[in-house]
Amino acid sequence: MIGVHNVTKRFGTFSALSGVNLEIRSGELIALLGPSGSGKTTLLRIIAGLDWPDDGEILFDGVNALTRSVAARHVGFVFQHYALFRHMTVFENVAFGLRVRKGRQRLREAEVRARVTELLDLVQLGWLAERYPNQLSGGQRQRIALARALAIEPRVLLLDEPFGSLDAKVRKELRRWLRDLHQDIHVTSVFVTHDQEEALELADRVVVIDKGRIEQIGTPRDVYESPATSFVHEFIGESIVTPITIENGIVSYGGQPIGLDSQGVRNGKGALFVRPYDMAVVPVDGATFAGLVTRIHGLGPARRIEVALHSDDGGVVEVDVPRTSDVSAGQTIGLRPRQYRIFALPT
Amino acid sequence: MPLRSEPAPVRWLIVGIAVAFLGIFLVLPLFTVFQQAFSRGIWPYLEALGDPDALAAIRLTLLVAFSSVSANLVVGLIAAWAITRFEFRGKSVLMTLIDLPFSVSPVIAGLVFVLLFGAQGFFGAFLQERDIAIVFAVPGIVLATLFVTFPFVVRELIPLMQEQGIQEEEAAISLGASGLHTFFRVTLPNVRWALLYGVLLCNARAMGEFGAVSVVSGHVRGETNTMPLHIEILYNEYHFMAAFAVASLLALLALVTLVAKTVLERYLGRD
Repeated sequence: MIGVHNVTKRFGTFSALSGVNLEIRSGELIALLGPSGSGKTTLLRIIAGLDWPDDGEILFDGVNALTRSVAARHVGFVFQHYALFRHMTVFENVAFGLRVRKGRQRLREAEVRARVTELLDLVQLGWLAERYPNQLSGGQRQRIALARALAIEPRVLLLDEPFGSLDAKVRKELRRWLRDLHQDIHVTSVFVTHDQEEALELADRVVVIDKGRIEQIGTPRDVYESPATSFVHEFIGESIVTPITIENGIVSYGGQPIGLDSQGVRNGKGALFVRPYDMAVVPVDGATFAGLVTRIHGLGPARRIEVALHSDDGGVVEVDVPRTSDVSAGQTIGLRPRQYRIFALPT
Repeated sequence: MPLRSEPAPVRWLIVGIAVAFLGIFLVLPLFTVFQQAFSRGIWPYLEALGDPDALAAIRLTLLVAFSSVSANLVVGLIAAWAITRFEFRGKSVLMTLIDLPFSVSPVIAGLVFVLLFGAQGFFGAFLQERDIAIVFAVPGIVLATLFVTFPFVVRELIPLMQEQGIQEEEAAISLGASGLHTFFRVTLPNVRWALLYGVLLCNARAMGEFGAVSVVSGHVRGETNTMPLHIEILYNEYHFMAAFAVASLLALLALVTLVAKTVLERYLGRD
């Protein structure tokens, strides 16, 4: 188990991480998800021991890890750009971590060979053993980097944007492959990504980070269906965001009460968040919003309509309607959210 | 597809000018060196090279080149490492200073050491008390050569190390390698061709340096004369054949360097 307690890191005046707390359970696959510059890679590097926090502590099974070097922490780190040793063959790359062992831990050549062969089989690239990194494709390099990291039997596997520099198709294949691999070998793994789809599909738990703070920790379902903050709602999945005001529990839009529950949000400015498929088309009378349909597009199970709201700020929202809906462009319609969340705007 | 916009005579004229220029200013002088060196046949040539003073000059040149290249190799690696791996105050100043030997006249480079270590110099009294000779002796020649050749290795390494980044080293350390092991198994092999390239250029310059060495040498025959200085003396004393005989060795060095450089550039592209 890995504990991250109150970790803070500054680069000059820029605050990369502020007061981050996180418990990583053994055998878990965790995603650190956030926009670029949110501090997720810094957190990963601090767990690995490639960076040190200004404040806070990192515990490995309850023992302070900050006094230990990267090597002593026994972590497998997979770099975004693979960082394979360019002048060594694939075989020697994977064998590196075994060959640098000292003293009693040192393996005999036959043992090294057996272990490397086993790992190359695990990543299904045994036939590339004698090639050099620059002769491999991106996906192959990534798998070799993974085999190299696994060679030292790490207590935790840390992956920095593991699929970041691959094209879409390879990325999807590799993602499925990594999930299967994790199910087989069950090594505690943390990966950094800015791709929500990747995080939601792969991880047991997702840690959403923004501006050096953790916004939410939860299962993919939790963060998607019950976002804890407005950032999470907007960052994960699509959202219709409408500015509102709240006074004494009454929610108003454009000065008019719209009959929604304030969900306990304090008085002041707020924002209404609705998923595009949670907005129902209703008659204008008694609707929450009214607007003009300006455009209809999209194939497949749902159509997407753009609606220009009748309001002073002239907001346009995109709503999903069933294929069977008879809404047409130029029509004035009413909208009512079936499910929604209200968040206070930061003042 | 070659560009065919110019008429043939114009093309021939342009190519002709370029070839003639190369011929007159590069090939002809080189040819003259060898022609003069062998003007009286092979035996006088070998005799001139076998002269004790000439041999002493060759030995000294090899010694100076070896010392300054080794020192530049080690210090250059350390400097390139520091500059590409760490952020520190004054880094840009250091980067500029590295180029100083290229922009300063070699004569001044020599004079600096006379001013520092000469009898009237900054450390002069200190050195005299302890009977240590630096200026007008071998250490001074090595120092001056070191100064003049310092940029070659560092300047080859910095751009490459910057481009390669630090991640392979981080990977090695995370796999349990020690700092020393990482250096010899990862860092050094990654820059080996650039390093060799820098050493080659550094060596060529170290053996050929005239100005800085001339100031600090004192021109003691058989003791503090390097090959370029020896050639000058022979020439000034009208021993043209002998001067060109020694010069032919330097010309040969230039040719070997050129070939080695071309071969290395092919490897460099692969890194």
